[in-house]
Amino acid sequence: MYQYDAHDRQLVLDRVEQFRGQVQRRLSGELSEEEFKPLRLMNGLYLQLHAYMLRIAIPYGTLSSAQLRKLAHIARRYDRGYGHFTTRQNLQFNWPALADTPDILAELAEVEMHAIQTSGNCIRNVTADHFAGAAAGEIEDPRIWCEIIRQWSTFHPEFSFLPRKFKIAVTATEQDRAALRVHDIGLRLLRDHAGQLGFEVMVGGGQGRTPVLAKTIRPFLAAEHLLSYLEAILRTYNLLGRRDNLYKSRIKILVDSVGPEEFTRLVEEEWRQMPHDRIDLPEAEIQRIRAHFAPPPFEALPQRDAEFELRRRGDPAFARWVRANVSPHKQPGYAIVTLSLKPHGGIPGDATAEQMDAVADLADRYSFGEIRVTHEQNLALVHVRQRDLGALWHSLAELNLATPNVGLATDIIACPGLDYCSLANARSIPVAQRISLALQDLDRLTGVGELKIKISGCINACGHHHVGHIGILGVDKKGEEFYQITLGGSADETASLGEIVGPAFSSERVVWAVETIIATYLSLRRGPEERFLDAYRRIGPDPFKEALYAAH
Amino acid sequence: MAAQVITANRLVDGAVVYLSADGQWVQSLEEASVAEGEAAAAALVAAGDRAVAGRLVVAPYLIEVDRGPEGIQPRRYRERLRATGPSIPFGGGMKG
Repeated sequence: MYQYDAHDRQLVLDRVEQFRGQVQRRLSGELSEEEFKPLRLMNGLYLQLHAYMLRIAIPYGTLSSAQLRKLAHIARRYDRGYGHFTTRQNLQFNWPALADTPDILAELAEVEMHAIQTSGNCIRNVTADHFAGAAAGEIEDPRIWCEIIRQWSTFHPEFSFLPRKFKIAVTATEQDRAALRVHDIGLRLLRDHAGQLGFEVMVGGGQGRTPVLAKTIRPFLAAEHLLSYLEAILRTYNLLGRRDNLYKSRIKILVDSVGPEEFTRLVEEEWRQMPHDRIDLPEAEIQRIRAHFAPPPFEALPQRDAEFELRRRGDPAFARWVRANVSPHKQPGYAIVTLSLKPHGGIPGDATAEQMDAVADLADRYSFGEIRVTHEQNLALVHVRQRDLGALWHSLAELNLATPNVGLATDIIACPGLDYCSLANARSIPVAQRISLALQDLDRLTGVGELKIKISGCINACGHHHVGHIGILGVDKKGEEFYQITLGGSADETASLGEIVGPAFSSERVVWAVETIIATYLSLRRGPEERFLDAYRRIGPDPFKEALYAAH
Repeated sequence: MAAQVITANRLVDGAVVYLSADGQWVQSLEEASVAEGEAAAAALVAAGDRAVAGRLVVAPYLIEVDRGPEGIQPRRYRERLRATGPSIPFGGGMKG
């Protein structure tokens, strides 16, 4: 993991003390709410429906066990004993008192954490493939480049007041686990024919009111020029992006209005005239940061662990968990384990302080003290020896973190919705809970196969409904909660936006609607190997419309 | 014109509060001062402005309510949730 240097440490400590003074001035009346609001937002502090909410940055979704223990401590001491992991790989506390927030930030600084770049019209906390450094087929650890972007973007004077917020995600495999195409910039690390390291650069994706898939504006950018090219994109956006209309201020609108070709031309022109050597990092600095992400000291192990294989064959419950929650690792004898934060009937993404402490202990014991947060609101231990999987499974089951549903229909993304969020029009979490309970039969879940249900409580789409295989959007119809369903969305390397299937359903009918969609899929698929998304792409929306609306 | 009460978030902790008949900002909607008519509503707004200046609350606003056998009920669903808190048990994703 990256370790702060003296500059990083001082920068974060200075920020804590600056915010402490700002909070004091707010409480003493020197600052009005209008004056204070932009200051608190720069430190991740929102005012939600019932309380303040503090959003803490987890850069590229990587936590050390010490950091996770600190989050558990903060949950216990300053909040209500739990935290909520988000689709931005961050953590939110829902009940902090204003006066406590400087102390919380000071505690975070002790473990090299903060809430910078979690709000405001800046370059937000960069996200990554949550299997970074472990995924089979990876070019190299994408977090090297995330960290370079983090250092470059933090308090970047030119890009601290953009037309709107700006999100960058990075991956390094063919498979896209970071939803690149729905980010302002998506970067896929690859090698060209000569073996040179570079990026496919995608620009102008996003969800919200106007969902758009990012366009590739450069199939290959030499990795050494990443920062200058990002500056060229950001400068073009900063100059031409709209500031007069909140709904048209994201880069996706700019790319669409001038056209991807013209936008690309503008970026390339800007980039060509830049002094690259003043912006791009020298190779020695890239190497310094790369060294922080050197692989942990893996043992030399056989590809398959015999004991693990034996147990898997003899224990169906263990085998079911392995099939859903364990992924292949690039290192022989190791595996990647996803910890489901989606217990059936539970709240997607919530973890108690006790669970956080226990996961930190398990990370120390089984995964080199490192934890990942996934954008699908789960946690992962990414460097587990296959021979330890049995013991880890038992420990996770005791913590209610071993529901064998990763990637299946009850692994639901849900935003906080109207239970917490002041922007929401409808609740998300209770809908996720009811769907999860309705679909919890494990044999049926496995039988349905991969199915991504994503729920947002408003058009801002924090719950990623546009890219759900089944997307659910909460709307307010004359004071009542209704839910509009989209089908066929996907956030992976075959990204697509869901299509609205028809009129919205009442809260009472939405679970029936999801079950009807699943039943329709099961009746029409070519076989268990044809996933929901593939079947939908083959047969289209009509059979689903028929099943949902014809008889009613 | 519907009956109205004034609500805000308390500055120190963000808690949902309502202005009561005796001029306190309280967490119980039942204790809220209910305004009938424009003059009474304007008085609530003025009290809200004073509370903002006095650093007690943030962003006060009027909400429409009905009074029935179950007491004061906000008309909008959002405000009903604000009054009662999240409709889900807190923490850990456990069934509640």
